[in-house]
Amino acid sequence: MLEVQNMDVFYGDLQVLWDISFEVEQGEIVALVGANGSGKSTTLKTLSGLLRPANGSIRFLDQRLDQIPANKIIEHGIAHVPEGRRLFPEMTVRENLIMGSLTPQAKQKRNETMEWIFGLFPRLREREKQMAGTLSGGEQQMLAVGRGLMALPKMIMFDEPSLGLAPILVAEIFKIIKRINQEGVTVLVTEQNTKQTLEISTRGYVLENGRVVLKGTGQELLNNEHVKEAYLGI
Amino acid sequence: MKRNQVIVALVGIIFVLFPLVVKSDYYQHLVILALMWVVIGGSWNLLAGYTGQVSFGHAVFFGTGAYTAGILANKLAISAWWGMAFGGFIAALVGLFIGWVCFRLRGPYFALATIAAGEIFRLIATNWESLTEGMLGIMILQTFRSKLPYYYVALALAASSIWVFDLVMKSKWGFYFVSIREDQDAAESLGINATLYKNISLLISSFFTGMAGAFYMNYMAFIDPEVVFSLHYISIMAILVGIIGGVATIWGPAVGAFIMIGVQETFRSALFGLAPSWVSQSHVLVFGLLVIFVILFMANGVVGDWPKIKRLFLRSR
Repeated sequence: MLEVQNMDVFYGDLQVLWDISFEVEQGEIVALVGANGSGKSTTLKTLSGLLRPANGSIRFLDQRLDQIPANKIIEHGIAHVPEGRRLFPEMTVRENLIMGSLTPQAKQKRNETMEWIFGLFPRLREREKQMAGTLSGGEQQMLAVGRGLMALPKMIMFDEPSLGLAPILVAEIFKIIKRINQEGVTVLVTEQNTKQTLEISTRGYVLENGRVVLKGTGQELLNNEHVKEAYLGI
Repeated sequence: MKRNQVIVALVGIIFVLFPLVVKSDYYQHLVILALMWVVIGGSWNLLAGYTGQVSFGHAVFFGTGAYTAGILANKLAISAWWGMAFGGFIAALVGLFIGWVCFRLRGPYFALATIAAGEIFRLIATNWESLTEGMLGIMILQTFRSKLPYYYVALALAASSIWVFDLVMKSKWGFYFVSIREDQDAAESLGINATLYKNISLLISSFFTGMAGAFYMNYMAFIDPEVVFSLHYISIMAILVGIIGGVATIWGPAVGAFIMIGVQETFRSALFGLAPSWVSQSHVLVFGLLVIFVILFMANGVVGDWPKIKRLFLRSR
């Protein structure tokens, strides 16, 4: 479904991604794990068109994505739930959700999708008319996920969904990701919370210093000596 | 909702009847100026308050509108009232050019470019004497001797600008503008073409400011580069009107315009002649103090912080 080949990305003169290749198949949950500064967020930013790869290619459902502007990516069926949630704090919950469904296809089904999201997150229905900035951290994350789903994406990308959440909410977020995946949406997720992410992932890639150093199924990576030592603290 | 409509209708009636009750030319003049500033402040607010693109150069659009009307009358002997239409369009074209160049970048570039554009236009108007008469300025004959027609034109312009800004902000464009202000990356990843909508916001903003400029030409019958392209009389004043009244509120700039014109006139006339004349030099100082006060105590402006002000007065009673 998504195929990234030999991608190099720079911030100005500084190269941060080196020869990154990975793929995501329909229906999978694929995890990119790694420490701070390993290039996870940069990878997602490049996928969503906010950065351009210097070399290599990104293909999604056989179409090149690496040459089109950021605001066209969503029309191809990729939604991005960015790091730190990036909601519109001075819009209501409902308005934030509406902002997620601007493509013609998503707009047509806006009300149905919203009902589906309120079903997934009943808390959001209670807060429908409240400003997004006044929600708790967990609720904001739910809203960010909901806003991503409003586009009816074929694939949704989560950047550090557990960032800044209490442990009980972290478990909740991973349950939600799993549930979204069961509803038929392919998921690409980046996380520092390696154990919990790999537990729900079909496959994973380990990034270090902007390079892919390991890949395998979620279980394989959990049992890998290097992963255990470096990320799981065992 | 209902109650607000009643208040708007009442305010409307008061403004329509005002010049029929208050016959003094002086007070009519002040209200005409304030109404003109309602338009400019509202335009600035649409771009800076709602879309988050702060302009330090609204004098560019104001001056362009004024000069369009002036040059039409001076060179082509076409009534300067045509400038009301053309002035808006020409100002919008200038706005589009600035936006086309600057809006592909983020951060302070647009704000910096607008300061520069203001100075560039002032220098052009000063030096292109064959077109603009340079420092001599352009003088035309006033169409009416009475203030009444000008008053109603200004009122119509102010009312229609508020109506349009309200309409825009309630439409999907309004949501796009706010989303760009709040988080441009997030807006783009949701499929909003930020460059395009920043330009649309600038287009509407510069159009109305240009109309206000053309009105100024008609009303004052005299313009020169130092006045209509002035950084502090026009560009900074537009910002003050927005900030004092309330950024990102529909009625904020309208209230701000009346406060600013009131304060300006009170000090310019040295407390209506009661104070020594040096006081008249101090209105710029007073603006500064007013801005400090508003930023410290009412960061959302008079309209934005109205509930807070109301509580303060209820408590002190």
